[in-house]
Amino acid sequence: MVKMVRKALTTNYAVAHAAKDSDVDVIAAYPITPSTPAAEKLAEYVANGELDAEYVHVESEHSAASALVGASAVGARAFTVTASQGLIYMSEVLYIASGLRLPIVLGVASRALSAPLSIWGDMHDIAPLRDAGLIIYFVSSAQEAYDSVIQAFKVAEDPRVHLPAIVDYDGFIMSHVTEPVDVIDREDVLKYIPKKVTWNTLNPKQPISIGTVGDPDYYYEFKYQQQVAMENAVKVAEEADKEFEKMFGRGYGLIEEYRMDDAEVAMIAYGAHAGTARVAVDKAREEGIKVGLIKLRLWRPFPTEHLMKALENVSVVGVLDRAMALGAPRQGPVVKDVISMYASDPSKAPKVASYALAIGQRDVKIEDLVAVAKQLDEFAKGKEIPNKTICIGLRE
Amino acid sequence: MTLPGWKELPEGAVVREPGNTVTISTGEWRVFKPVIIDEKCTRCRLCWIYCPDGTIIEVDDPNAPLGKRYEVDYEHCKGCGICWKECPVNAIEWVPEER
Amino acid sequence: MALKEVGPMEPIRTHMQIPREELIAPGHSACQGCGHFIIVRHLLKAAGPNTIVVNPTGCLEVVTTVFPYSSWKVPWIHVAFENGGSVASGVEAAIKSLQKKGILPKDERINVVVFAGDGGTVDIGFQSLSGMFERRHKVVYVLLDNEAYMNTGIQRSGSTPYGAWTTTTPVGKRWKGEWRVRKDMMQIAVAHHVPYAATINPAYPVDMYNKMVKALKAEGPAFLHAYSPCPTGWRFDPSLTVEVARMAVLTGYWVLYEYDHGNYKVTVPVLKRKPVREFVKMQGRFRHMTEEQIKKLQEIIDEQVEHINKLVGKTVIGPVVEEQKK
Repeated sequence: MVKMVRKALTTNYAVAHAAKDSDVDVIAAYPITPSTPAAEKLAEYVANGELDAEYVHVESEHSAASALVGASAVGARAFTVTASQGLIYMSEVLYIASGLRLPIVLGVASRALSAPLSIWGDMHDIAPLRDAGLIIYFVSSAQEAYDSVIQAFKVAEDPRVHLPAIVDYDGFIMSHVTEPVDVIDREDVLKYIPKKVTWNTLNPKQPISIGTVGDPDYYYEFKYQQQVAMENAVKVAEEADKEFEKMFGRGYGLIEEYRMDDAEVAMIAYGAHAGTARVAVDKAREEGIKVGLIKLRLWRPFPTEHLMKALENVSVVGVLDRAMALGAPRQGPVVKDVISMYASDPSKAPKVASYALAIGQRDVKIEDLVAVAKQLDEFAKGKEIPNKTICIGLRE
Repeated sequence: MTLPGWKELPEGAVVREPGNTVTISTGEWRVFKPVIIDEKCTRCRLCWIYCPDGTIIEVDDPNAPLGKRYEVDYEHCKGCGICWKECPVNAIEWVPEER
Repeated sequence: MALKEVGPMEPIRTHMQIPREELIAPGHSACQGCGHFIIVRHLLKAAGPNTIVVNPTGCLEVVTTVFPYSSWKVPWIHVAFENGGSVASGVEAAIKSLQKKGILPKDERINVVVFAGDGGTVDIGFQSLSGMFERRHKVVYVLLDNEAYMNTGIQRSGSTPYGAWTTTTPVGKRWKGEWRVRKDMMQIAVAHHVPYAATINPAYPVDMYNKMVKALKAEGPAFLHAYSPCPTGWRFDPSLTVEVARMAVLTGYWVLYEYDHGNYKVTVPVLKRKPVREFVKMQGRFRHMTEEQIKKLQEIIDEQVEHINKLVGKTVIGPVVEEQKK
């Protein structure tokens, strides 16, 4: 077995630690709450020589993403952390990074979007990036965040993929909460993700042009290539997770099922609230409700087959979303994916209930989710599901 | 002409043949063409310096005065006329294109 | 004896020494007489093949790299419009990091050069350039200034001169072309304490080439503000590109000077300036200008010349001398 050291780390620090252990070559970071401590920790690593990397003190998140694109295009392993307005500000460049097929990796401490201004956690920032061509992991613990950053490099840099990746964790609830994390020796991490550049790079000995114009004769094919890379990433992410488990003893799957074996109704949760939902499932089970939980770990690419299989015997599924898609038929970003999985054969579909919760870090109690379980049970027994999103914890 | 499908195209729309625009002809753009009168040419090189498109070619020729002469790459010359204007000894004529 | 052509990054005494090798191919779709390409050709000659080019969105990018074609014989990257400075920062940082780790050869010099337009520099790319300067990345940033957004079809930028017609400063009942004074990018660069900054002009190839070499050799960020006449946007015959560029210098509209490690120097003195009218009358974009407007432009130029004379501590750009009509 490989050597592990147990440390007490916040998720911010766990993510920074993972980047250090991945021996990143270039960091370009800009402070933004709640990801700032991760940027500070990375600077500390470089400052005291624990990490041999160039740290670019960019003047904005847009430039952070741009500098990473430049660095990755030279063949560097490149990393940053950000959140909220910063992620949205980066988004123009992240679309391009995907189109250029550059495997940069980002840690995102998800936070609400203004206005009104909120520094608190929710998933409004990551939600709009779902179509940008980025691999997106949702993680639920500091340990999972640490492990997922390392896995993200593995997947992003795989020749079948070559796409940027984000490891998304909850602002404050995770970013600032200390948990025990078993960190891996850098040498062992690098056995898992050896430094091998397989993507297109700028090299004077073999000059190529990166970032050309795609006219109507070509643009479509290049977009489709990205889609194929995304499809490949499902399998690659699964392989990466299995190999990780084999080497380091921890695996997560693309989705994590909890008490789903005999479940009649299910909740889908992601991020920190998957932990709350797990406790709620136990409590609801005590009251005789046959509810299970699916923790969504990989949001992009969407693990459609895994999820459909997990939901095979469920009559009602409630999706606990953490952002509001304003004006859409359902407000949650994930619930729309769940519904569209069944579009070609609705007869296979469970009934879907859409929930919004923890918006702007509104507190969610275990009882709130026990109530959701009970409600799902009522829906299963024939009560009509509202044809809209149910807002948990909202004052009338 | 059949264009390549997505499987055949390089990842990320990179171009791996540096400088391959050279295979594109821009000579058809011309309305006038520069014609170098070698006997008048002093080999001052200014036409070569100023040509935006690099279409004045400096050719080594041991039999020519100062060992070189200048030719126009008519395949690519767009006919802007800078060489004609800038030639200090009027060694470039500006001739209407006949096609 | 004829002087031999120099190698990359070597200064020249005459234009006969400029290397013959072309690192940008023809066949691209730039307009006839485009000033950009005289500058780019020579910069690449000065830099040599060990150079990575970062090219934010603009005419140069669009005309050279429509898939599956590229005119560039050196590695080249385009990412977006406003991030030439930050993409180049990342490229330079990566080279540094990978050289330190021995992944790239340690002692091999790789130049990083940005070619950006005035829109991509003085407007939308201003912030990322400022960051690049301030962080001391070893990058040569070339501003190809054609004084408007030409790629999108001649819209005004923060570099459009007083009086110029553009499609967004049209000439109408109330507006008579651009009415504000352009940004002074040289002074903005100098304010960032860059080791080397210079103005260049394709009509002065030796001056231009040697400044390129100095910029490439600078130990930190270097800025080259290149004057790049645009026949299409300025409304003049493409054969006049170099003449227009030259007239800009002879009228003091474009002063050729440098800032080299704290020292200012005018590299092409103009002891008797021609009136700016001579420059104005060559171009359709100024055609509507009234006597009053031309007078105002002359005052702006006089002020600029006075400022530069002050910087160098002597009158190197002289007064306007009207030519006697015969």
